[in-house]
Formats: sequence, C-alpha cells, structure tokens
Amino acid sequence: MDMSQGLSTVGTDTRMQARSEAVLSAPRIAIEGLSFFYGANKALKDIKLDLPDRQVTGMIGPSGCGKSTLLRVINRMYDLYPGQRAEGRVMMDGMNLVAPEMDLNALRSRVGMVFQKPTPFPMSIYDNVAFGVKLHERLSRPEMDERVEWSLTRAALWTEVKDRLNSSATGLSGGQQQRLCIARTIAVRPEVILLDEPTSALDPISTLRIEELIDELKRDFTIAIVTHNMQQAARCADQVAFFYLGELVEVGQAAQMFTAPQQKRTQEYITGRFG
Amino acid sequence: MSATMVQPDTAGRKDAVARALGRRRYAVDRLVKALCWLATAIGLFFLASILLTLVLRGLGGLNLSVLTEVTKPPGSNGGLLNAIVGSLIQTGLGTLIGTPIGLMVGTYLSEYSAGSKLGNVVRFVSDVLLSAPSILIGLFVYQVAVGPFGGYSGWAGCLALAVIVIPIVVRTTEDMLRLVPVSLREAAVALGAPKWKAIVFVCYRAGLDGILTGVLLALARVAGETAPLLFTSLGNLNWSVNLGQPMSSLPVTIYQYAGAAFADWVQLAWVGALLITLGVLAINILARVALQRRS
Repeated sequence: MDMSQGLSTVGTDTRMQARSEAVLSAPRIAIEGLSFFYGANKALKDIKLDLPDRQVTGMIGPSGCGKSTLLRVINRMYDLYPGQRAEGRVMMDGMNLVAPEMDLNALRSRVGMVFQKPTPFPMSIYDNVAFGVKLHERLSRPEMDERVEWSLTRAALWTEVKDRLNSSATGLSGGQQQRLCIARTIAVRPEVILLDEPTSALDPISTLRIEELIDELKRDFTIAIVTHNMQQAARCADQVAFFYLGELVEVGQAAQMFTAPQQKRTQEYITGRFG
Repeated sequence: MSATMVQPDTAGRKDAVARALGRRRYAVDRLVKALCWLATAIGLFFLASILLTLVLRGLGGLNLSVLTEVTKPPGSNGGLLNAIVGSLIQTGLGTLIGTPIGLMVGTYLSEYSAGSKLGNVVRFVSDVLLSAPSILIGLFVYQVAVGPFGGYSGWAGCLALAVIVIPIVVRTTEDMLRLVPVSLREAAVALGAPKWKAIVFVCYRAGLDGILTGVLLALARVAGETAPLLFTSLGNLNWSVNLGQPMSSLPVTIYQYAGAAFADWVQLAWVGALLITLGVLAINILARVALQRRS
C-alpha cells in the first residue's frame, strides 16, 4: 500500500525532505546529536533521526554499523552494562530518554523491545504475557485474562494457544515463541516497539506471519525494526534508515530509498555490492 | 617410466608401515581398554563390598523397635528413634539455615559482583570452605557457639551443618545462574522489570532444578557428617528434641556404638549406617529425577 504510494512520487519529486514531510507522520521519537560509546569505542556518531508516529522505521546496514546499538539506546538496555554511555538527545513527549534521571522501568513500559532470538520465560504461556503487565499495573483476574487474550490476539497467536495457556511456553515452536514475545511486549501497552532482527532465527513462513503482524501493529504502535533482509525492509517499512560504521548515511521514505537513494554507499549496500 | 616402476614398490612399503602402525595402535587400544575395565572393576568391587556388608549386617537388625525405641543401655533392646529424629532435625534445620545464605551469596557472585575484587575473594573463600575438612568446621563452631553459650546444643550442630551447606549451595547457585542466557535477563528488563525481579522471577525459575539439585546434594552430604557434630551437638543417649540441649544424631551414634564391646550396640550401628545410606540414596534419586525433568 504505502510502497505503491511512495513509488508514484519517486519520479516527480527529487527533494527527499519534501516527500518525507508529505507522507511520513509527525515524529513520536526525535533523536538528535546522539553518540554512543562502548568504553572508548564510539559506536554511534552524531545521529539525527525521527521515528514517525505509528509508522515503521526500518534500520539497515552491514553488521557492526550501529543499528542494533541505536535500538538498545532508545530503551536504555545499555544501562545493564557498565562502561557504555550515550550523549545527545532522544526526545519523547518532551523528555530526554537518555538523561541520567530517567525512570528506566517506566521508560521500558512505554518503549518495548523484541529480540533476535525468541526468549520465552520458563513459565506458562499465560504467565509470560502477564509478567510484564504485573510489573506496571494491578489488574483483577478477569481483567488480566482479558489483557492476555487481547495481547495474544493482536500477536496472531490466540487461536493456536487458547486451549493450552497453562502449558509451558518453551514447548512452542520458534515462530510461536517469537509471536509470544511480541504479545508479551504489547501486553504492557507501550507506545513504541523496537524489533531487533525479530525474524532472523525463524523459517520463511513464520517470518511472513511476523511481517503481516508488524503491518497490523503499526495502526497502534510506532515501530522500529532492525533487519539484514532488504526485502523485509521494503515490505515492512515506511521509512528506511541506512547506517554505516556508526553513522546514519541516509534516511528517507522506503520507496525512495530502494529506488533512488541519494547516497552512493546506500545504493551499493542495497544492490549487494558490500555488507 | 621410472616413476611407474617405483610406485608399486613405494605403495607396498607404505602398506607395510601402515600395517605395523595399525597393529601397534590396535595393541595400545586393547591395553588401555583393559586398564579401564580393571580400574572400573576395582572401584566397583570396593563399592559393592561396602554396600553388601552394610546390607547384610544392617538388614539383620532392622526391625520396628529400631524406629520406635530410643537408645538404651546394652542388652535391653533399644532403638535409634532419638538418633533418627535428631538427625532429621539437625540436617533439616542446617539445610534450612544454610540454603538461603548460600542462595544469596551465589546470586551476588553471579549477578552483582561482575569481576569485582570482593566477588573474587568471596568466591575463593567459598571454594576453600567447600573443601575444608569438616572437623575444622566443627572446631570453629565449638569455639563460637558452644563455649560462649554454655555447652553443647542441637543449635550448635545445626549451625555446623549449615556452614557445610553454604559453599555447596553457593557453587551450584552461581553455576546455574551463569547458565541462564543473557537474552532472558534482557527480555525481562526490557519489559520494565527491575533487576531483582528479573533475577527472582526469571533467572531463579530458569535455574530452579539445578539449584534444587544442589540443595539436595548438600542435604545428602550433611546427613552423613559426623565430625562437625562431635563438638557441637555432642550426641544424647536419651530422647531429646530440645535444641538447647545436646542432641543425638545417626552418625554420632554410629561412631559411639560401632566400637562398643556390646553386640547389640554394634548391630544398631550397622542399622544406623544402613538407614543413612538409604536416606542419602533416596535424596540422590530425587535429585536425578529433578535433573532429568529439566532436560
């Protein structure tokens, strides 16, 4: 849908900025002057990037380019590890998410994350989904039942697991486990969802289901997805950002990025000449 | 021409060498195999003869009165009830006291110490404690808990056993928590869980069976400990469940009875040994089952 709209504008308008403003929505998260350090090693260099509200931003680039690092900055995962620090601003609702005084648990309830490998907790399917909710809300049993059903339905998993909510989540297939992780993330009702190569450990059919799910979820959530798969970026993303060696080389509407990139390096990466 | 002439000859020599080497390897293989079998047989022989002697000599004296009567003067058909109950109380309480401490230390080492000096020191001390002779632990508890508190007591016995339990639980807890993948912790934290909740509700759960196995093995170990109880709970020939008084236990009773000049006491010592062995066996089987359920 969005792809075809984008494609039609490529030929007529050469000014990327104008097109972005026309099609991409207002930023939900605005990243400005962001740098990130693993000890002395600078992994992100002066990044400026907006995540448009309720749209999908695809982050592409060769391994080690900093795209996963950027996701881990947005929800402050790096705080788990001493020696990692961020400079600059990641603005959301007037707050700088990388400011030291930020309440991390509250931040993570608003910015959820799904990881590369499915990570079901060693507990029942129901408890997996309820785990995050219990951290932030006090719900009665019927309310929780309702929330679990809502989350699993939104994650396109409900019909497959509704008869075995109390069995262990580790018994699910890889694709089901990843959809469970997505259900677990949206159960907390975040505003932003970060997906770090969510399909790289899955088979093609499971991958397709997750991609359909992303398309469905963007009606309610702002999504950022890191992927190594160009087709996936083209299928899922409204906006695509290309990273190389810690720099944001180019960002633009998905259609324009894949058909008429402005930068030579973007074109070379997309056409598979390096990376 | 010459190359083709030489070739079969070279090949023949190579074959001969290979055959000789093959014979040598075959012989060495046979020898090593035989030695392995022999070593296994020697080990099993002693183990089997111990168990067989234990069963033969213990089973004869095993009857209901062993479980219902307390230890009595020689010749009056006593039982081991006070020793059995004393052992259950002291190993139970010792494990109950030692487990939470060991669990917390293990958690600190795995989750919070992160290469700090204090962490390395704690780990080293715990490992030393793990291999320290248990009589040293008995002497230590005697110094801190028997002398200053007016004499031998069941509490002192529990404390000595707890000191033995702690390093075992520390080791298994740390090992099990380290096996929990980083991705699982990150997933919990990414949902907004504070670190302690991620550890308690996700990591403990992931390592539960392993930690449980460690606790059961510690329980089995202290069930048979004699030396730490000699200077602490001392032993008691009468019925007593008062932890403030000297308390009987199976290992100490065995120690006292086995060398006695009375046949019925010696018999009871064998029965006591059989009971401990069966108890430890049961705990080990339980631990195995828990481990299998995990995999």
